[in-house]
Amino acid sequence: MAEVEKIILPGGIIDRPGSTLDYKTGTWRVKKPVVDLNKCTGCLLCWIYCPEPAIRKRDDGKIEFDYDYCKGCGICSVECPTKAIKMEEE
Amino acid sequence: MMSVSEIKSIKELYGLDLIAPGHRACAGCGALVGVRQILLASKRPLIVVNATSCLEVTSTPYPQTMWKVPWVHLLFENAAAAASGIEAALKVLSRKYGRQEHYIIAFGGDGGTFDIGIQALSGALERGHRFLYVCYDNEAYMNTGIQRSGATPLGAATTTSPVGARIVGKQQQKKDLMEIVVAHKIPYAATASPSHWKDLVNKVRKAQSYDGPSFIHLIATCTRGWYFDPSESIKVARLAVETRYWPLYEVENGRYRITNPVPNPKPLEEFLKVQRRLSHLLLPENADLLEKLKAYVNERWERLNKLSTCFA
Ligand code: SF4
Ligand code: SF4
Repeated sequence: MAEVEKIILPGGIIDRPGSTLDYKTGTWRVKKPVVDLNKCTGCLLCWIYCPEPAIRKRDDGKIEFDYDYCKGCGICSVECPTKAIKMEEE
Repeated sequence: MMSVSEIKSIKELYGLDLIAPGHRACAGCGALVGVRQILLASKRPLIVVNATSCLEVTSTPYPQTMWKVPWVHLLFENAAAAASGIEAALKVLSRKYGRQEHYIIAFGGDGGTFDIGIQALSGALERGHRFLYVCYDNEAYMNTGIQRSGATPLGAATTTSPVGARIVGKQQQKKDLMEIVVAHKIPYAATASPSHWKDLVNKVRKAQSYDGPSFIHLIATCTRGWYFDPSESIKVARLAVETRYWPLYEVENGRYRITNPVPNPKPLEEFLKVQRRLSHLLLPENADLLEKLKAYVNERWERLNKLSTCFA
């Protein structure tokens, strides 16, 4: 029995939920999204379409980016209904 | 069916994320947008089962994980079987120690669902386990290098169905997975797209309201395998819906309903031309292939439309 137990692999166990936070995917970015707060209505459509997520709601209801993780895909810029987000060279 | 409260605004979902950033999905990954939206809407506590897939690989670069819920990965073929086992174990625990209120979602890609995992999926649906299975469909084996799958559409270029002088892309039509699932007479099955987030999140709520298996077939736009600019990921998914390539419908206790009627569809070409895996279908020499794909799309829509009207 003991020998059988030895060859059963336990598998990998990860005990830190959400630990990809350790890895800053912001370094992948080529262009970065910049929001014009005068145009932002706080609809959060950019937030619902961000794959990461790397967008936060500010206290005034408008949005800001988390550049530590934003990969610069540009989805938010394409989807924003008021064209408030521009992609700028880093 | 239990009463389901409808999600009406994005604000109801804010702060409910169950994934962390820092995952390694490609920039602009459509699958991650859809999966994130599904988790935002999901009831809790939640256990996630994941078949081998892009989602599995990019979400858990060991020893890190993006998941903030219990998550298990076993093999390519057995996500539905693993979900069944978890559900059965929770039942036993409930009997012994009182009710264990848990929801289970299994995620598989098209390779892990249409092809490799279909036997386990069929078994789980037939046994009637209470769980939601989500097939996120990027229409090829993207994780292993863009090989064709049973979900790849006619004419699409993949590394195993390239466009050559004699053979132009995949020679077979896409398998109709929804019909296979519906044939199991489960309480709820639906298609969805991350571009139509409200439709998607409410389908998740509906699916989880049933005491039995439910299924969601999600389109997952793939910047690497479909060849479009990452910023257009959601735009491409929306075009799939607007051209009727990806009909949004649900089958609730056998009753079909188109949830997003597309009265004035855009020409299918609009969807094809924005992605290099399919844009060659617009060349004059491939006109017959284009016609075949159009016929497939139209016939499926007509059939769904008829089924929806007869249950209306
Ligand atoms: S989509 Fe545009 S308007 Fe809406 S919250 Fe984002 S930046 Fe603001
Ligand atoms: S550019 Fe992409 S990753 Fe960055 S905030 Fe916008 S949607 Fe998110």
